Amino acid sequence: MSRAESPPKRDAKTENARPMATPTDQGAARKTGPDPRTGRGPSPLWTLGLFRDELVTTFRRWRTIALLGVLAAVPVLIGVAVKIETRGGSSAGGGGGEGPAFIAQITNNGLFLVFTGLAATLPFFLPMAIGVIAGDAIAGEANAGTLRYLLVAPAGRTRLLLTKYATTMTFCLVATLVVAVSAFAVGALLFPLGELTTISGTRIGFAEGLGRALLIALVVAASLTGVAALGLFVSTLTNSGIAAMATTVGLLITVQILDQIPQLHALQPYFFSHYWLSFADLMRDPVYWDGLVRDLGLQGLYVAVFGSAAWARFTTKDITA
Amino acid sequence: MEELSADEPGPARASGAVVPAGRTGSARPEPAREPGGTGAVPAEDAVIATRALSKRYRGGQLAVDGLDLTVPAGSVFGFLGPNGSGKTTTIRMLMGLIEPTSGTASVLGRPMPRSARAVLPHVGALIEGPALYGFLSGRDNLLRYDAADPTADPRTRRARVGTALDRVGLSAAAGKKAKAYSLGMKQRLGLAAALLQPRRLLVLDEPTNGLDPQGMREIRALVRELASDGTTVFLSSHLLDEIEQVCTHAAVMAQGRLIVQGPVADLAAGARSRLVVTTPDTGDAARILKEQGVTDLVVTETGVTAEPPDREPAELNAALVTAGVRVRGFGIERASLEDAFVALTGEGFDVAG
Ligand SMILES: Nc1ncnc2c1ncn2[C@@H]1O[C@H](COP(=O)(O)OP(=O)(O)O)[C@@H](O)[C@H]1O
Ligand SMILES: [Mg+2]
Repeated sequence: MSRAESPPKRDAKTENARPMATPTDQGAARKTGPDPRTGRGPSPLWTLGLFRDELVTTFRRWRTIALLGVLAAVPVLIGVAVKIETRGGSSAGGGGGEGPAFIAQITNNGLFLVFTGLAATLPFFLPMAIGVIAGDAIAGEANAGTLRYLLVAPAGRTRLLLTKYATTMTFCLVATLVVAVSAFAVGALLFPLGELTTISGTRIGFAEGLGRALLIALVVAASLTGVAALGLFVSTLTNSGIAAMATTVGLLITVQILDQIPQLHALQPYFFSHYWLSFADLMRDPVYWDGLVRDLGLQGLYVAVFGSAAWARFTTKDITA
Repeated sequence: MEELSADEPGPARASGAVVPAGRTGSARPEPAREPGGTGAVPAEDAVIATRALSKRYRGGQLAVDGLDLTVPAGSVFGFLGPNGSGKTTTIRMLMGLIEPTSGTASVLGRPMPRSARAVLPHVGALIEGPALYGFLSGRDNLLRYDAADPTADPRTRRARVGTALDRVGLSAAAGKKAKAYSLGMKQRLGLAAALLQPRRLLVLDEPTNGLDPQGMREIRALVRELASDGTTVFLSSHLLDEIEQVCTHAAVMAQGRLIVQGPVADLAAGARSRLVVTTPDTGDAARILKEQGVTDLVVTETGVTAEPPDREPAELNAALVTAGVRVRGFGIERASLEDAFVALTGEGFDVAG
């Protein structure tokens, strides 16, 4: 009650109830709207509080940690398998081009395990993890009933949706980095590091190789933003977190299968996973950008389309759960 | 004061001839605890005002039908109705969770759901029971809900959460995971979430649902305490005695329609009180009373009830005793809100519940 124009006595009770309120009388309160706090005004930065809380909450959940654990384990398994198989001196994937990309080079340079690890997790493990997080984003809250309390807090529907999407994107990045870092650690532990040979046959230094590995991780993370938007849209359609997760993962598998059917080649350029493996082009010298640009463009399209759809749906939806 | 229900219940009202919201505009509903008289326009004093508010769920019947509700500032407003009468649906519309099919609603003088972001920071709500993150502690649940409010100052967040936990008596259990909470504790944590900020309005949808009598008493005590601070409380319930115990005003819903609204005292007074004679000789008693001109006689297991007479009741008692009726109890019983409800709806309260 810091205001000079402190209200007359009759409002004393009201004032006790809301120390921050400053309406001098009913009329003034009405003119300035029902916000007695307008005098101080909330800081625009406070709006990020929800994003921060969402991040902390998401990454503290057992489910998230388990997903990241599985992702971290994939490069470990590949590394160990390659190590065992090549103990006799033969090179991995010796049959000729079998297995994930770059697997043959791992024995010469542990850094290749980063590329192999990403190539092995990108088709399924990574997008599945994203599908779980994105699918559960809104539907999970609806399922638990917490959505209505967030909305009356009031989180704001657009703000909540943006928060959820930003968190999912962050998860994309973290998940990809977990794979990359785990792969790099295992590769460094089990195999030699050093100069590496690009797909084009030229040799680049270890530092540049490391830079490209990081770039590839970023591209992989960006490649997942389309699925994330799709999952978020699905999440606004149902009140069951499990159903949303299952639908998203189901869509993912379906698209991956359809992408293999030659008769559908006219449609395939629009499948979100179609250009995913073009990240390997970053290992060419010079880098071949076409596929990468198509991939990122397609992801942008998915984000625009399904982001708008999610927004249109969520901002008009009756929340009865 | 609004005229209520009172002596003309019956079919007109039951069929939806409700006290029109417009009328409260000219007859200022005066909250008992707040002296008014500032010349403010009364209708705008309403903390909640709805006009012909209706909601039809997708593919369903009308859940709320032409609701004209006026909740005066400073009141503890009981929103009473059997299960399925549309209380939660109304509250969802007031909180901007669902879009009305037709009609308008305003909360704190602003239209909903359009002004949700300006209005809701001043409203604490418990809707259809608490909903918590089971994997978070009680304290972290509150921190999260507080972070969801963009007008909540993060610098005071921990302190406010601590105060709210204290207020509902959960400080000791604040570190426990919410999934380990009992229903009563969850309910209290839900209330704490509604108390994170100083509020102008608390909307509590059946806050005692599922609680044991002790838990109910605690919640009611808390509601009274909050109301005594001047916060307007909108409390829905399907329990009549709950409304009677804590509310200054009430509205009665049945099948999506508002049947009556107004101060509780007027509501109860509106229902007719009864002459109650306790006696084993029910037949004789009924006969004598009838001879004395008493009307609307009802013979019960323990005696006879009737319309209270216009003349001195003691004379009736004397007549009964003279005729040899063993009168074990004699008196006029004041009507309860339940009687009022029965009179208004023509049915018992727990029919639908
Ligand atoms: N999400 C929903 N979809 C369809 N019908 C609903 C939904 N929620 C409630 N109803 C119906 O609307 C009516 C009013 O319900 P509700 O507002 O929950 O009543 P109350 O809270 O008074 O018990 C009931 O007939 C109920 O079946
Ligand atoms: Mg209900």
